[in-house]
Amino acid sequence: MITGFDELLRHFAGLDAAELTRWVENRWILPEQEGEGFVFREVDVARVELILDIRRDYAVDDDSMALVLGLLDQVYSLRRQMRRLCDALEGQPPEVKDAIRRALPPGSGR
Amino acid sequence: MAQTPYEVLGVKSDASPDALRKAYRKLAKELHPDLNPGKPEAEARFKSVTAAYDILSDPEKKGRYDRGEIDESGAERPRYSYRPHAESAQGRKYGPQEEMDIGDLDDILSMFGRGGGAGGARRGRGGAQFQMPGGDRMFSLTIDFVEAATGGKKRLQLSPDESLDVTIPPGIEDGQVLRLKGKGSPGFGGGPPGDALIEVHIAPHPFFRRDGDNIRMELPVSLAEAVLGARIPVPTVTGPVTMTIPKGSDTGTQLRLRGKGITRRGGSTTAQGDQYVTLKVVIGAPDDPDLAKFLEGWSKREAINPRGGMGLGGMA
Repeated sequence: MITGFDELLRHFAGLDAAELTRWVENRWILPEQEGEGFVFREVDVARVELILDIRRDYAVDDDSMALVLGLLDQVYSLRRQMRRLCDALEGQPPEVKDAIRRALPPGSGR
Repeated sequence: MAQTPYEVLGVKSDASPDALRKAYRKLAKELHPDLNPGKPEAEARFKSVTAAYDILSDPEKKGRYDRGEIDESGAERPRYSYRPHAESAQGRKYGPQEEMDIGDLDDILSMFGRGGGAGGARRGRGGAQFQMPGGDRMFSLTIDFVEAATGGKKRLQLSPDESLDVTIPPGIEDGQVLRLKGKGSPGFGGGPPGDALIEVHIAPHPFFRRDGDNIRMELPVSLAEAVLGARIPVPTVTGPVTMTIPKGSDTGTQLRLRGKGITRRGGSTTAQGDQYVTLKVVIGAPDDPDLAKFLEGWSKREAINPRGGMGLGGMA
């Protein structure tokens, strides 16, 4: 699904154009530029909703939002790398998986 | 996309309950179906005005709409969960700058100050030696039909100075992968090496065909051998054998050479296939005048129609 700027504003009733423009300028939302306008992909729409939720539920201001998003982005970056490792492990023969299982003592990650 | 309830009523999103009610009453009076008989578009607008006011006049519904929980018809709106998007490849653009540099395993490991790599492990920040088994290496090997059927040894040249001896089990199938333990890439930091995975391809044979553990072939025989019977040599995957062609055989007659198929040993069981030989009568010398002369006399007596059952009727 690809959404334009105005379509996105209509979709989220609590969001106004100045606000969305500021988020794009802050690089919190990274739509693709297409001609004069912006194109928002699913990940961008979901992120707009995430920012709206955080702001409403925790009364987070812009400065704190930058921190929250920075930390979230680091977590998801780690999760993406973790997923790559897990996918690679999944493809290994059983004896390799067993060896890794033995090398990870229970509870050591906590 | 449909109009928002605010657009339907022609009010701003911060309109007071009083302003909402006024806007609704004005439109409702104007569009009421009783005042607009026979105008379906007015009726449709009246319905959407009523639906919009239904949401906006109820503080709870208005709140849910404003938060994006319900849509303009009052139906629950699917929520966009950020996590699946963030964890997909799409989410990468929101990653920290250094994520763009993360390519291979060494880069992932170095995120925590540890080194990897085939050249030997470096000491990590925690002082622990990082060990990891080597990766598997994939190879492809093409063998001929008889080798696949009987099994044997095959040397796979990996590079001018590296070769692998591969044992082919009898009855291997096309596309089967053989695993040679420890013949893959070397491990990291003293870890065990990976395995070599060899995908075996079987070249087609000019006359043998595989059918599970059985082997099938078509065997050309002369007219005389078919009619009079004969003992003739037949090729098998383990070498030629002598087979008896019974008197009065024909094209399509199938004969079995017991135990001449594929012998497969698996643990305590042994599967033993057969070779099926389908005869194909060939005339050999169709321009032989003596044969022609004989057939002229013979075919008058024997009115055989080999095309019966093909629906040719009187044309035969």
